[in-house]
Amino acid sequence: MFYREAGDFKTRYVDDSQTFPIRFDRWRYYAVLAVAFGIVPFLINDYWANAVFVPFLIYSIAAIGLNILTGYCGQVSLGTGGFMAVGAYACYKLMTAFPEVSILIHVLLAGGVTALVGVLFGLPSLRIKGFYLAVATLAAQFFLVWLFNKVPWFYNYSASGQINAPERTIFGQAVTGAATTPAAKYLFCLVILFALAWLARNLTRGTIGRKWMAIRDMDIAAEIIGVNPLTTKLSAFAVSSFFIGVAGALFFAVYLGAAEVGEAFGIQKSFLVLFMVIIGGLGSIFGSFAGAAFLVLMPVLLKNLLVGTLGWPTDLAAHIELMIVGGLIVLFLIVEPHGLAQLWRLAKEKLRLWPFPH
Amino acid sequence: MKTRLTALAALALTCATPALADLNIPNLSYRTGPFAAGGIPYADGFNDYFTLLNERDGGIGGEKVVVTECETAYNTEKGVECYEATKGNGALVYNPLSTGITYQLIPKVSVDKIPLYTPGYGRTSAANGKIFEWVFNYPANYWDGASDIVGYLLGENGGDLSGKKIALVYHNSAYGKEPIPTLTALAAKHGFTLIEVPVDSPGQEQKSQWLQIRRDKPDYVLMWGWGVMNAVAIQEAANINYPMENFIGVWWSGSENDVLPAGDAANGYKSLAMHGSGMDYPVYADLEKFVVGAGKASGAGDQVGTVLYSRGMYAAMVISEAIRKTQEMTGHAAITAVELRDGFEALEITEARMAELGLPNFGQPFAASCTDHGGPGQAMIQQWDASAKKWNLITPFIAPDEEVIQPLVDADSAAFAAENNIAERCN
Repeated sequence: MFYREAGDFKTRYVDDSQTFPIRFDRWRYYAVLAVAFGIVPFLINDYWANAVFVPFLIYSIAAIGLNILTGYCGQVSLGTGGFMAVGAYACYKLMTAFPEVSILIHVLLAGGVTALVGVLFGLPSLRIKGFYLAVATLAAQFFLVWLFNKVPWFYNYSASGQINAPERTIFGQAVTGAATTPAAKYLFCLVILFALAWLARNLTRGTIGRKWMAIRDMDIAAEIIGVNPLTTKLSAFAVSSFFIGVAGALFFAVYLGAAEVGEAFGIQKSFLVLFMVIIGGLGSIFGSFAGAAFLVLMPVLLKNLLVGTLGWPTDLAAHIELMIVGGLIVLFLIVEPHGLAQLWRLAKEKLRLWPFPH
Repeated sequence: MKTRLTALAALALTCATPALADLNIPNLSYRTGPFAAGGIPYADGFNDYFTLLNERDGGIGGEKVVVTECETAYNTEKGVECYEATKGNGALVYNPLSTGITYQLIPKVSVDKIPLYTPGYGRTSAANGKIFEWVFNYPANYWDGASDIVGYLLGENGGDLSGKKIALVYHNSAYGKEPIPTLTALAAKHGFTLIEVPVDSPGQEQKSQWLQIRRDKPDYVLMWGWGVMNAVAIQEAANINYPMENFIGVWWSGSENDVLPAGDAANGYKSLAMHGSGMDYPVYADLEKFVVGAGKASGAGDQVGTVLYSRGMYAAMVISEAIRKTQEMTGHAAITAVELRDGFEALEITEARMAELGLPNFGQPFAASCTDHGGPGQAMIQQWDASAKKWNLITPFIAPDEEVIQPLVDADSAAFAAENNIAERCN
């Protein structure tokens, strides 16, 4: 009844090609933005920021990044954790070397450094595909973690090999370090996520995104119609790594505050982000959000439910929680192999006809 | 977006806050994952001691102690979540039993003004109370431990280690890397060669590391391991026939769980001990009567008396003594975290007091001060007897070489102070 194209007349091409052509969708989008920017920052406390919102926002950035590479361009990557580590260590080196420069610039530069590293490790994708490429990126993961552990220059020769984020401010508000208010943390990540998601959405709707999808669907056919595989694949690696690098920088500087490469950016991180993308839906920006929400919030929710409300022993709850999350993943993939984004698409189709389906 | 909102609504419903307790002590424990073998006995000992105080004495100074357990799986992200989840309920002190989580929490507790107690682990330079106002790591820390082992080896070799080769097998993390600066300084001082052999977490696979040890033939192997890594290392050492009496672990690599899987091959393995273990202390009679016998034991109740159980109990004992001290100083029983910090700083544990608590000759006496948050740092050496399945203490307390450690502590804490703009206290 409300969710429909009928009656929503477009008189310009610009209107016709906008991201949310349906009026209801558009309002929903503005409402979410209004809540996220206008209401949440006033209600948020330390627990909600550190356990729920900040990790969700950061993992969303990483998931969008991986979705560009895997979902849109069809190149499987298991190097996400390693690329996040590049972002984190680049941010740390920049923060400590140029303390007077704004942290926002450092985070973006860290993304840039990661993009360069990503392109370097993306070069083999011109020759190898599928599982073989996955193994090459897996090598990147292990090599990068080893490098940051082995070379003391990266962690400024600290005794324990830990990197610690010193306090940095934007407009006089601390956004890294322990004195950061939850609202500042949240808003900093939210602004970056909003800008990057907007960028990703529009990239994938334009020429570049269409080239990526052409390569994904059939690379030889794409080459024949004039898509250059070199620039297309490498641009996908660069953009994807930029996103993941920014996510890594935020993960270290804003969320954790201190990090150790093997623990924070190990192979589990690569798999976690890959699962987010698969569960959320390959080739969908909304899917990246949904997948990140599912894998970040579900464990916290279950923990609060089992330990906080039901009073179970913590070890039993932790084991059951793993089983429930695992079970749900299997269930979702059987019921809807295209991920949560497909469920959302189906819901929208049904909504168009509601309440009078044929 | 919809999923997110639904999940949030559900979260809000289930975020039940536990009732505000008089003395709330969170226990960030881990009973799952590759480090559970160490986490479970420690958490049990920690919980049981507070249960004993509640059941026998009605709490501390008449105030009941409520221990809220939160599972971290030795994972820093979950550790942060646990910290944020528990700190709102008036948490008095944190003891996360993880060096990684400790590094994460040091800046946070300093802002939230909650003491952090990390006995025998965490950031070593936190022993410098001038810089680390909220962190306490007495009675001993990693650098003390490294120096204690070298002190023991000096004694074994007639005071001369020049030309010897000593390998350090370590967990490749903040924890395992901690002793390297001290050992490097000691190697320069005593003329031995230090071979660094990192093992990536969790450490189930160590074939190549032990191949390297077999090739290099070090005179001694030291180990900074934890969880599953310990048992694997001892098994691998047995596989290459490395003489067990030359293999010495830190206090985190010296529990029953580490040596039992290797069976008889582990006989003679040594480790540091910063306190006694076993059931020969009067406190166990009370524990049996009020906690274990009464069915109130934490976990499965099968860890009582083990090395790590004793260490959890030791940590709980020091915390309870600090609370008592604070109650004395402030004159009221319901203390706050800020007041407790002063108690930690004024704490003195004497041998007489330990005996009163039912733990005679269990640990070293120490007294904290504004500058000294690290304690004397002594440790004993214990050796595993595989046929009796028992740890035997083979040395008295060995003192660390403060001449080497103090400058390192000062340098590291000064670096931390410079990075974070902290002014020195206690002047």
